Amino acid sequence: MMSVIVRTIARLATPPILVFGLYVIMHGHVTVGGGFQGGAVFASATALVLVAFGSERVRRYITVSGLTLVSCAGAVLFALLGFGGMCKTFFYNFLVGSPLFGHIPEYGPAHEDIWTGGVIAPMNIGVALNVIASLSAIMLTMAVVSRKTGDGE
Amino acid sequence: MTSLVVNAPFVAVAALACVGLYIMVTQRDLIKIVMGVTILESAVNLFLVSLGYRNEGAAPGFTHASGTHMVLPVPQALTLTSIVIGVATTALMLTLVILIYRHTGETDAEKSRRVKG
Amino acid sequence: MARKLFAAITLVVVAVMLFVVAVVMRPFGEPPSVMDDYIIQNTQEVTGANSAVAAVVFDWRGYDTLGEATVLFTAFTGVALLLRGLKDGSA
Repeated sequence: MMSVIVRTIARLATPPILVFGLYVIMHGHVTVGGGFQGGAVFASATALVLVAFGSERVRRYITVSGLTLVSCAGAVLFALLGFGGMCKTFFYNFLVGSPLFGHIPEYGPAHEDIWTGGVIAPMNIGVALNVIASLSAIMLTMAVVSRKTGDGE
Repeated sequence: MTSLVVNAPFVAVAALACVGLYIMVTQRDLIKIVMGVTILESAVNLFLVSLGYRNEGAAPGFTHASGTHMVLPVPQALTLTSIVIGVATTALMLTLVILIYRHTGETDAEKSRRVKG
Repeated sequence: MARKLFAAITLVVVAVMLFVVAVVMRPFGEPPSVMDDYIIQNTQEVTGANSAVAAVVFDWRGYDTLGEATVLFTAFTGVALLLRGLKDGSA
């Protein structure tokens, strides 16, 4: 538990970090970014909160079992989207040309269009859930184990 | 025989790899050895990315692009995977360092060689 | 003493090899690119995505991303399993 200034700045800075992480995740198939990069930005908010408030206070709200559930949900969503194109092969892009995420641009420079990409856009969300939950759980477990008793809390 | 100035990224990769290897071989503290492994992984990732550069190439994306002369996209995808695997390896190595410290009370690689019980 | 001499000789040999290879390699900026030219030409009509890197990570080489999701999940499981029985507080 750090001083009042550090706690106030952590409270003010966490929502912009979360919104920026979500922006990087959702625009993965249009410009630079994607599931892995946005998930790492999102997990840095957890690191900030853990350092500023101490692991004893954070442990009441974020448990390791809940994070395991979120990580498994992300990995299962990724595998199910792979099975969705099973009519031709495993991992076939079955959403190209359909009304959901199915615009096909011509070859050459294009304007930005978020409804392109086929099956890439839901796969970004699945991978991002997996990365966020895994990194947060690793940091939370190490912080709980290496806590000093009698720290003046 | 290309010159030293044209191949400057590859010379930087060789320098980083030498620094990482030197730390891994000569230091005795466990956390410093983990840092040496991380530096060696960074050198390999830099090598992968710098292999795929074309002269006067743009970023590999078609949104608001200025042409179709682009850098190769496949080495960038391989580097993404390599970075994530480096994170997983570092997390497990640090967990082992915590366990060794709890069991023997030392973080010196020479003094904690006897693991009993 | 013999161990230190052996370590020093090995380090010098590896450093010389790395620097010689870095200077003699093909020049920086002219890679052979038969596969990548095909990928850049056909990305927008086969996958429908406007970003070549995202299409390569999730569509042209999707099996590698499946393996990487598994590795990250295994790392988190290993850390939680190894640190389960420890009490808090330093020794």
